[in-house]
Amino acid sequence: MNANNHFAIRADHVRRHYQMGSTLVRAVDEVSLSVGKGEFVALLGSSGSGKSTLLNLMAGLDRPTSGAIFAHDRNLAEMTPDELAHHRGHTVGMVFQAFNLLPRMTLEENVELPLRLAEIDRKERANRVREAIERVHLTARLTHRPTEMSGGEQQRAALARALVNRPTILLADEPTGNLDSATGDEIMRLLREINESLGMTIVMVTHERPRAAEFAHRLLQMKDGKLISDGVQP
Amino acid sequence: MKIRDLTELAGRNLREALLRNSLTTMGIAVGVASLVAMLSLGVGLQELASKRLSSSGLFDAVFVAPRMNDRGFERDQRPSPGSGDHSRPLDQAAREQMAKLPNVVEVYPEIRFSTDILYAGNPYMSMVAGIPESARNGGAFDGMKGAFFSGPNADETILQIDFAKRLADNPDSLIGKEIVLRYAERQTLPAQSSADPPPDAKTKSAADSNLSSGFSVIPRQKKLRIIGIVETEPAAGFGGFGRGRVLIPEELAEKLSAAQSNDLRDILRGSSGAHNFASLTARVKAASDVKAAEDAIKAMGFSTFSLLDATKNLRLVFAVFDLLLGIFGSLALVVASLGIINTLVMAILERRREIGVLKALGASDRDVRKLFFAEAGAMGLLGGMLGVLIGWLLGQGITFGTNVYLQRRDLPAIQISSVPWWMIVGAISFSIAVSLAAGLYPASRAARLNPVEALRYE
Repeated sequence: MNANNHFAIRADHVRRHYQMGSTLVRAVDEVSLSVGKGEFVALLGSSGSGKSTLLNLMAGLDRPTSGAIFAHDRNLAEMTPDELAHHRGHTVGMVFQAFNLLPRMTLEENVELPLRLAEIDRKERANRVREAIERVHLTARLTHRPTEMSGGEQQRAALARALVNRPTILLADEPTGNLDSATGDEIMRLLREINESLGMTIVMVTHERPRAAEFAHRLLQMKDGKLISDGVQP
Repeated sequence: MKIRDLTELAGRNLREALLRNSLTTMGIAVGVASLVAMLSLGVGLQELASKRLSSSGLFDAVFVAPRMNDRGFERDQRPSPGSGDHSRPLDQAAREQMAKLPNVVEVYPEIRFSTDILYAGNPYMSMVAGIPESARNGGAFDGMKGAFFSGPNADETILQIDFAKRLADNPDSLIGKEIVLRYAERQTLPAQSSADPPPDAKTKSAADSNLSSGFSVIPRQKKLRIIGIVETEPAAGFGGFGRGRVLIPEELAEKLSAAQSNDLRDILRGSSGAHNFASLTARVKAASDVKAAEDAIKAMGFSTFSLLDATKNLRLVFAVFDLLLGIFGSLALVVASLGIINTLVMAILERRREIGVLKALGASDRDVRKLFFAEAGAMGLLGGMLGVLIGWLLGQGITFGTNVYLQRRDLPAIQISSVPWWMIVGAISFSIAVSLAAGLYPASRAARLNPVEALRYE
């Protein structure tokens, strides 16, 4: 049995270096880690520590300079652009700090967008959209545009959009960064509920250690592109 | 992404920046309109010229003459030296045989004679010409005043306008009035011996064998009702350069048996006493039937002539003319394509973050490229359809303006612009193709966007 089968994500000596003028920036430098299936992991670190870059590598939005990064059994570093697009559309779902909902679309249309890209049948789409929106408790906002919703509602809408394609991994980049404390907690509770009820693997980037400690199973600390600590929560 | 989803998303994106996209689409429409207007004028003028030529009766007709003499059309059809001028006579039997050939609509002799016309007690010298029944539907009488002959034997006449102006200051007032045709009827006499005996028996014998029946000439009058006025003499045939001024139905013209210039020659040449035609015109269904009919008539032993090659040259000239008009018309579309590039490049800048989101949600480079292509194609389709409409309106406007100008100069109205279905389909397809070509660069630029950078873009 392949050892990777136990892991949703595994990074093996991953580097992501890039040139900024005459300076070589080591955004991610020799990081090796693994995230088990169904785990809720928080990736902590200050601004510029490389946590978002590492999350982008896991999402298949970026490629490592060297090393390997596996999502389930497949090495993202060796995937073709089309395979990476498929990975982003089917294996992972993403949530951003800025929500990134398309402003001219209603909640329903925003949530439906990944299903359009994945060429899911129209009848099936309606069911999946309804199911995802019910899960984030936004049924009353179906026809509202993002500008007509609060920050918390927008993030829940973004969460519904990330879940609608039934991915196995949820990647969240500072999901509470633009929210007040109470709304942030609400989103965190929703993430934990999704993790527990669906068994979905969650990797969340945050700089809020107390909140991460409260909700995540495991805390990974990054600094200057390196993974400096890996602690399982009691 | 499926085509329906692609179309919906593209439509949504186009509606989002409505003013800018509308202006870009209008730019394409103006380009297509200029192309369609130019080509419609080219095609319209070509159709006008073809119609005029076809109504002249020169291009769908084979002109037939006996193969024997100075009336024969081709040198190589002449008989060999020493064989004399005897060949198959161009008589009624030959005419009927030609009429039975495939695609031959009508075979008629050229009847035209110069004679006196009496109107309001005054004599006018003019040329009378027989007009075949086939001229009725040939478009040759388009724009005439009054009506075509009510029947092939009707005692009616259509006057050519120049002659009509000689009869009355207002030619239209002549319609319904009568003229009297004074002509010389040819009556064939039985064959007889020469009145003056030949100098010797040998010569007499030769002369007797060559003499034919003669004819007497009896002055006649015929009342004809004027039923129409026409600009030019249509369906005149090869001999039509003689310009008939008083047009009468062909069958009536034949019945009159008016003496013509070739009758005198017939007496000297003929031996049977039967009336032979100096020439016949075989009218065929279409210009494309001319060659086959001409070959068949040649095989019957007659000399033929047609103006087939002239139409080929005409088509060539118009093809070049259309090409030049098309090139000039396309220039505006090229300028419009720059507008598409500009609009889509602007859209990439504005929608950078959106492209990043699409990619994060699973859109491939191909999906993003197709989306921008669909937007360019939609602008091309809408611009093309609008452009065809505007181009057609422009053509109609030019036709209207031209006709106002022509009417002021007392000339008949014409249709100088034509938008056939192939031009509509072609212009819209061309518009879409140009728009897609213009969308190539923006679409590939959008597809190549790095999603991480795009998501970071504010």
